[in-house]
Amino acid sequence: MDLSKASFWGYKRENGRIGVRNHVVILPVDDLSNAAVQAVENNIKGTLALPHPYGRLQFGADLDLHFRTLIGTGSNPNVAGVVVIGIEDGWAQKVADGIAATGKPVAAFGIEGHGDHDTIMRASKKAKEYVQWASELRREERPLKDLWVSTKCGESDTTSGCGSNPTVGNAFDKLYPHGVTLVFGETTELTGGEHLVAARCRTDEVRKKFQFMFDRYQQIIDRHKTSDLSDSQPTKGNIAGGLTTIEEKALGNIQKIGRKCAVDGVLDKAEAPTGPGLWFMDSSSAAAEMVTLVAAAGYTVHFFPTGQGNVIGNPILPVIKLCANPRTVKLMSEHVDVDVSGLLRREMTPDQASDALLECMFRTANGRLTAAEALGHREFVLTRLYESA
Amino acid sequence: MIHFVVHDEGDSVGVVVVEGVKSGDTLAGWIMDQDKELAVTAKSDIPIGHKLAIKALARDATVIKYGVDIGRVVAAIAVGEHAHVHNIKTKRW
Repeated sequence: MDLSKASFWGYKRENGRIGVRNHVVILPVDDLSNAAVQAVENNIKGTLALPHPYGRLQFGADLDLHFRTLIGTGSNPNVAGVVVIGIEDGWAQKVADGIAATGKPVAAFGIEGHGDHDTIMRASKKAKEYVQWASELRREERPLKDLWVSTKCGESDTTSGCGSNPTVGNAFDKLYPHGVTLVFGETTELTGGEHLVAARCRTDEVRKKFQFMFDRYQQIIDRHKTSDLSDSQPTKGNIAGGLTTIEEKALGNIQKIGRKCAVDGVLDKAEAPTGPGLWFMDSSSAAAEMVTLVAAAGYTVHFFPTGQGNVIGNPILPVIKLCANPRTVKLMSEHVDVDVSGLLRREMTPDQASDALLECMFRTANGRLTAAEALGHREFVLTRLYESA
Repeated sequence: MIHFVVHDEGDSVGVVVVEGVKSGDTLAGWIMDQDKELAVTAKSDIPIGHKLAIKALARDATVIKYGVDIGRVVAAIAVGEHAHVHNIKTKRW
């Protein structure tokens, strides 16, 4: 596929970023505000509530991550406008101010002193205004480089390492020279192949930062583990699919970063990249946590290879699933966007497989719903670093 | 018809990519990185996605896949036998 003149149709946001979806998000700051955001979503058609269980008595780096994730989610260019609701005015306004830096419409509502009824009524009026405004925004043709593409695999098996993950890697190798902003992560799932990632880092400084993130996560595992993690990493599903050790899983995982692109930089969780290239984000390997973090960092399309059939989606980030396991493709076809099982029968070349993925990427960016979107998968899972105060 | 794939010719295991492999079956393998073929007789029933040894592996030997160390042999594995959590363990954690 010749990508030199490739383009897609997206929504240009106030800060210049290009989105491929046009959501009006009703965003709770905390667990207590879930009922109100869901009521607003029910009142105003075309809005999207993002309920979650956290946001109270968090502190320090864990609270910083909470705010960074919420502000990043609202700031993502796949979001046109945001209504923020929190139990208290202060934190609701803090999240709204963070999102307002993008220039997009955002309003904050605190429940205390008003109650749910009054808050829902006022927030619904604002949400109706935003959704009618957003419904008139039009897509425009944009160059490929305006797309930000993330990847994370899940319910992997050995076919992930032979088929679907190398397909993502091959697609990343094709996208990288065109200035696309890419990211991968899953810190502990590099265990056994971390030296290969380190060798791909563009500079010693990047390598040092990567090694720091990797070692820090290993220390967390060492501090809390009660076994060799052979029940968690690999997961029961991974083992059922034929993966035996974390090293084997990691080497399959690393196929996603291809063979040509360098690792240009390292990001903290939910941190936005500052330029094009391939970024590593320190992150959990749990699917919904990681995808939520890259959505909060501003990525607009996601490649999700699976072996045994992970069904994940994300509310604002279209998740494209690809699979090389013929059994999964047959039994769980409604979840698979791109079938690359032909690779393992030698009926499809790696080049053809990555072209099929890229074709699906362009169609998705242009507005076609992914399987996860059509099936209503909206997993929004905030990463916690430690206990609340 | 390919029954199993091998990433690199230095690997000690391959991955079964078809359903219903039974002990005694003659299996055709494809080494992807070097685009070569090999044949192995299965010595176990092996589910799709699971590995078979393509080299004899003694206890405490290192298992190689993708040309890289993926763990340690904890019970000897003959060529064609099922290679998984019952005879291979992680060297990490």
